[in-house]
Amino acid sequence: MNLRSIPISAWIGIIGIALCLLCAIFAPFIAPFGERDVVGEIWMPAGGDFLLGTDNLGRDLLSRMIYGARTTIFVALVATVISFALGMILSFAAAVTGGFVDQLLSRFNDLMMAVPTLIFALVVLAVLPQHLWILILVMAVLDSTRVFRIGRAVALDIAVMEFVEAARLRGEGSLWIIFREILPNTLSPLLAEFGLRFAFSILFLSTLSFLGLGIQPPAADWGGMVKDNKDGIIFGISAALVPGAAIATLAICVNLVVDWLMKRTSSLKGGRGDA
Amino acid sequence: MPELLSVKNLKIEATSYPPGEPPKVVTLVEGVSFDLAKGKVLGLIGESGAGKSTIGLSALAYGRGGVRITGGEVLLNGKDILKLDRGGINSVRGCHVCYVAQSAAAAFNPAHKLGDQVIEASLRHGIMSREEAKKRALYLFRVLGLPNPETFGGRYPHQVSGGQLQRAMTAMALCPNPELIVFDEPTTALDVTTQIDVLAAIKHAIEETHTAALYITHDLAVVAQISDDIMVLRHGKTVEYGTTKQVIEAPKEDYTRALVSVRQAKRNEAPDQSGTLLKIEHVHAAYGNGFKVLHDVSMHLSKGQTLAIVGESGSGKSTLARVITGLLPPTEGRITFDGKELPKALKGRTNDELRRIQMIYQMADTAMNPRQTVRDIIGRPLSFYFSMHGAKKTERVKELLDQIEMGTRFLDRYPAELSGGQKQRVAIARALAAKPELILCDEPTSALDPLVAEGILNLLMKLQEETAVSYVFITHDIAIVRAIADSVAVMHRGRLVRFGPKSKVLSPPFDDYTDLLLKSVPEMEIGWLERVLKTRRMESAGN
Amino acid sequence: MESGPITGPVPTDGVAGETLPRSADLSGVPAKPNPAAASGAIGGAFWRRFVFRRPLVALILQRLGLSVGLLFAVSLMIFGGIEALPGDFATTYLGQSATPQAVENIRKDLGLDRPWSERYLTWLGGAVKGDFGTSWASKNSVSEQIGKRLGNSLFLAFFAALISVPLAVGLGMLAVQFRNRLPDKIINVISLAAISLPEFFIGYLLILFFAVQLGVATFPATVYDSMTLTERLSAIALPVATLVLVVLAHMMRMTRAAILNVMSSAYVETAELKGLGTFRIIARHAAPNAVAPVINVIALNLAYLVVGVVVVEVVFVYPGMGQYMVDAVTVRDMPVVQACGLIFAAFYIFLNMAADILAILANPRLRHPR
Repeated sequence: MNLRSIPISAWIGIIGIALCLLCAIFAPFIAPFGERDVVGEIWMPAGGDFLLGTDNLGRDLLSRMIYGARTTIFVALVATVISFALGMILSFAAAVTGGFVDQLLSRFNDLMMAVPTLIFALVVLAVLPQHLWILILVMAVLDSTRVFRIGRAVALDIAVMEFVEAARLRGEGSLWIIFREILPNTLSPLLAEFGLRFAFSILFLSTLSFLGLGIQPPAADWGGMVKDNKDGIIFGISAALVPGAAIATLAICVNLVVDWLMKRTSSLKGGRGDA
Repeated sequence: MPELLSVKNLKIEATSYPPGEPPKVVTLVEGVSFDLAKGKVLGLIGESGAGKSTIGLSALAYGRGGVRITGGEVLLNGKDILKLDRGGINSVRGCHVCYVAQSAAAAFNPAHKLGDQVIEASLRHGIMSREEAKKRALYLFRVLGLPNPETFGGRYPHQVSGGQLQRAMTAMALCPNPELIVFDEPTTALDVTTQIDVLAAIKHAIEETHTAALYITHDLAVVAQISDDIMVLRHGKTVEYGTTKQVIEAPKEDYTRALVSVRQAKRNEAPDQSGTLLKIEHVHAAYGNGFKVLHDVSMHLSKGQTLAIVGESGSGKSTLARVITGLLPPTEGRITFDGKELPKALKGRTNDELRRIQMIYQMADTAMNPRQTVRDIIGRPLSFYFSMHGAKKTERVKELLDQIEMGTRFLDRYPAELSGGQKQRVAIARALAAKPELILCDEPTSALDPLVAEGILNLLMKLQEETAVSYVFITHDIAIVRAIADSVAVMHRGRLVRFGPKSKVLSPPFDDYTDLLLKSVPEMEIGWLERVLKTRRMESAGN
Repeated sequence: MESGPITGPVPTDGVAGETLPRSADLSGVPAKPNPAAASGAIGGAFWRRFVFRRPLVALILQRLGLSVGLLFAVSLMIFGGIEALPGDFATTYLGQSATPQAVENIRKDLGLDRPWSERYLTWLGGAVKGDFGTSWASKNSVSEQIGKRLGNSLFLAFFAALISVPLAVGLGMLAVQFRNRLPDKIINVISLAAISLPEFFIGYLLILFFAVQLGVATFPATVYDSMTLTERLSAIALPVATLVLVVLAHMMRMTRAAILNVMSSAYVETAELKGLGTFRIIARHAAPNAVAPVINVIALNLAYLVVGVVVVEVVFVYPGMGQYMVDAVTVRDMPVVQACGLIFAAFYIFLNMAADILAILANPRLRHPR
């Protein structure tokens, strides 16, 4: 793969994600003010000392946006990684073992997926204490049901291929079959799926925070900032739209990259069989 | 008399989109010209990628996918159909020229009854009234030998067999009384015994209706039965064009000569002197859902020899291979290998037992991990069974590549970068790397073009001489059996019909099924079809 | 849960919808109803014979049974699963500083001192009859509150569906018609962007533009009993617009994929080679086969709409089920949370079941068995 083969849309996505990551990693060095410092009047307009204005408590919006990138991306990323690890391990185990284990895991997964994710999260978060790690775990477990389904389908697709049968006939163990025969062939679709899940995690976290059930104040996160500033909308103050736009932009960027990855996967598949 | 169809200097191109590269324009067909008179049949023959289907579709001014006809003329009754507008082309298609696809199962709309689809074109083009069209469909169903022709039209595509669908598709093409029909490999997807029925039905129907036809196939023996003229194509260019008699009996070009002589190889069986390697005794097998696939199968194979297992799809021949490997443990019976009984299931076998039996698959594409290089593919059995590593392993892989007549330059290639024949050779090398005593070959040549297939067969024979390995060779093709086998087992619907040394199995007196099977394999001989139809004793199994 | 085969997968949220091998599962299962598994679900030779003779009816019955079982299992999960999670209601209810005596009292008050299996059966028995108990926060009947708000939510969802379904199918067909040309590419880019927009962002954007700057729409979208239909409609204009934008992109992309799949099939090529006109090809050959996947797409997105309602109601302060549930979650009013959760899940399960049954009905192999 060479860099030139990457389409413009994917480049836009990659650059957007890179910018957000830079903000997240170097937040204390980039942000002009502190995350929680009240530095001015309430809802000051953009310009002057405050590039994006101030929020509902008089904190600098830009600084909170930069710190918010950190929280939002960190939580979404950790949740996605956990959900992926969990979903992949269980799905591959189910696909390779088959039989009772597969049945049990698959049926339980169907049950979990019978309830919409948001509703499920609402019910669970109503009971559990409010804590960052609990939030991440709930997001991860709920999302892993989707990963499980995809992972199992992909693994089963490949597990019936003759080269896997050939490996079994050779006497290879399950670990070799999973890691050397199946996994390398599933990387491309799974990478795309990872991007998709990450985009979904960002949106999901923002939605939870917006509903007041995600990250708790005074920590800055984009969804919560929309909630904080939503009352300004009626007065024509667009402070709530800035974090909203940031969420949308990041999600669009991730989706652009995913779109390219998926096209790449499908063209690789199509390239083989045309006679 | 003017020609019905006259193709002049045809050029066809397509745009391909290789991943990671700018789109390229590829020339599929170049400089092809031919003429076809009313009521005559022209056979277009060539291996995959020869452009024969593309040429066939040009008679309907149609390009599949991104294919474009960019040069030349296609004259139908003297008029160039490539110059027609959309409406003009539509009045040619389905009216003057009709098409029969390779896979009728996919080409029929699953949502409508067969009868409605058969008469649709006739009605739409205003050729006949509904009553007339129905009468003609009934007549065609009869001519094509379909069962219960009166009610056949009321059925849905998924309710009839593959051979019947292919005949229904022929009826659909014949119904509007076209001047020309393009047959695109109409019998390739069928079993041998069904193929000959459909072939006979098609031949009878086009003779009966005086329709001209372009008959596209990769099988020269098939086209010899049905066509008046033959055009041999390769890489989108004409190799040879002449009457059927001339092409079959006195081919001018080397390529054609090779195609004609491809299935003539015969081998005399070796005397059964060495010890028995594999013994299968009273084996029964069933799928997980309880469906029985093998009933009381017994056979045996001597060291250094080849046992061919012949049968059609559903005969249980591939299942038998799975039983031998242990992938599907038999429900009854036993398998003895080199004097010792083999554990039934794969899990119970030792690595050494696994090493001694290797397998080669029909589709080399799916039998090799696309993410591993040739070096890894062939090298893995070496490190797995013999703990070979580093330079020693590379040396051995190179030796094996030599043995399969491929150079060391293939060492770091991925399967996707190899041709079909090369892939199958690598698969053979992988089997060979384990130093097996028995290789199970599951139709290893049936997905390959005839000349490539012959190369693979020769390689297998050479390797047998060099290493004294035994083969169980699963095939549906009697010609291959003649070429390579020492002993033969004929299977039908999960049962063993006939087993013994080749000379005995392939000579009379025959049982009915073996007779049918033997007579169903097209021979490179004009008039073979008529002769066989007169003498055979049993209708084909599937219909 | 029953041991019968899962006839069709329960869909994920819309984001992953396109990538799921959904149709493959559907075509795989009904083609050969597995008699062994089916007999496990109900049992007996009679059922096996029934499956053989009437595969269509049998499959639909199976799918119905599965949904009922699923709903039952979900109720168990919503009630029992919560019990298993750490955290005591009474303590959370009163705060950490509560005296043990007060905690004990409140536990008795809320009925938490009884064993959970007993409480579950009482709750389920009530739920079946439409009685979800009383709210901990307001001491009102939950069913009464839900009754009013469910109507409001359905009102909202109904109009959103009414607008988005024809629009999405139309745009999807347009994209197919202009495949790989400019209109298709524009639609593709816009829909990709729209999928990435959070519901609340779209909502506030619309409010700022239409309600605040132009003043043509009302905010908040409050509705009361005494409003006329026109007043109601004008009140829900913005929430409906938001919901439409949320589901439109998904539905359109999936419709496009479904139609493209049919248009590239061999039987459409056959129709083309018969010299049929474009309209005839689409109406007679493509449409009958495309209807099933498109209806499936619609049903899936309606299920997604159910979820979208929650956020949109909060944004627009609309008195529906979603807002009721979110409020209850913040004050940890469990009877309300459980009731709303069960009702949302029931709608979701029902719509998924409808999607699967429609797909089964549209399969000619099942409608006309051999």
